[in-house]
Amino acid sequence: MTRDDIYSKVKAILADAMGVDEDDVTPEATLRGDLGAESIDFLDIVFRLEQGFGIKIQQGELFPDSMAQNAEFVQDGRVTQKGIDAIQQKLPHVDLSKFAQDPQVTKIGDIFTVEALVRFVQNKLAAKGA
Amino acid sequence: MWIDRIVEIVPRQRLVSVKHITLSEEHTHEHFAATESRPSIAVMPACLIVEGVAQSGGILIGHASGFREKLVLAKITRVDLECEATPGDTLRYTITVEQIGSQGASTKGLVERVEAWSGKVETIGHVDLMFSNLDQNMAGLEFPEGNFVFGDAFRTLLKNSGVEIPPA
Repeated sequence: MTRDDIYSKVKAILADAMGVDEDDVTPEATLRGDLGAESIDFLDIVFRLEQGFGIKIQQGELFPDSMAQNAEFVQDGRVTQKGIDAIQQKLPHVDLSKFAQDPQVTKIGDIFTVEALVRFVQNKLAAKGA
Repeated sequence: MWIDRIVEIVPRQRLVSVKHITLSEEHTHEHFAATESRPSIAVMPACLIVEGVAQSGGILIGHASGFREKLVLAKITRVDLECEATPGDTLRYTITVEQIGSQGASTKGLVERVEAWSGKVETIGHVDLMFSNLDQNMAGLEFPEGNFVFGDAFRTLLKNSGVEIPPA
């Protein structure tokens, strides 16, 4: 499956899951800020990606479990360098370069872009040999 | 409760429940209430049909964990009700599990109207839902320890329907 094929399918999945127009689902769109995803939508997206691509996604694999509650990773409302490194290691599909410039924990949702989902699916399919 | 009986349950897969609509229920007098120019129109409110499907789905998903999880309706993915149901009708809800995991589940619901006097069955819509296990929520929020979701009314319904509460 090519990257474009994955992108088209992810686009349709997100439009369906959140009731947004497919045209709004651009690679750089953030799930929470631009597409209006709420916490339950993240679980919905996980379910739909599993079904749509025939993959199994473990809890915390695509979106992190509440890392914000770890004092080592968050201090004074900001994600520490240790926290950023931990997120990057756990979630290789997200691009943290922009977030790292101003790592306010309230903006953590912005790291989840459509492109991050596409990369995640690409990695999963590659690992599966599909 | 907005269902009267569970008539079939296949654990982690499927549940069928029924709701009888009668004129003795208050909401059928209020929905839609009489006006100066016409008498009341007794129709089962669509939101209560959705609630009945949600209670049915909640039981199916809750049953999978022995009703230990605080399971709540988290998202109404689709509601598509094409016809009305009126007193004398029985609504039959068939819920199937689409996906189920530790954090929650998604279900598909078929809504049928059964005419009590003729036995005629007609599909009147679909209600697809998502449920979330509160203690496993992605926001990391904490909730009270006791299970306030599956209370006495649910347990009475399970007992009357002959559904045993499985071990978690």
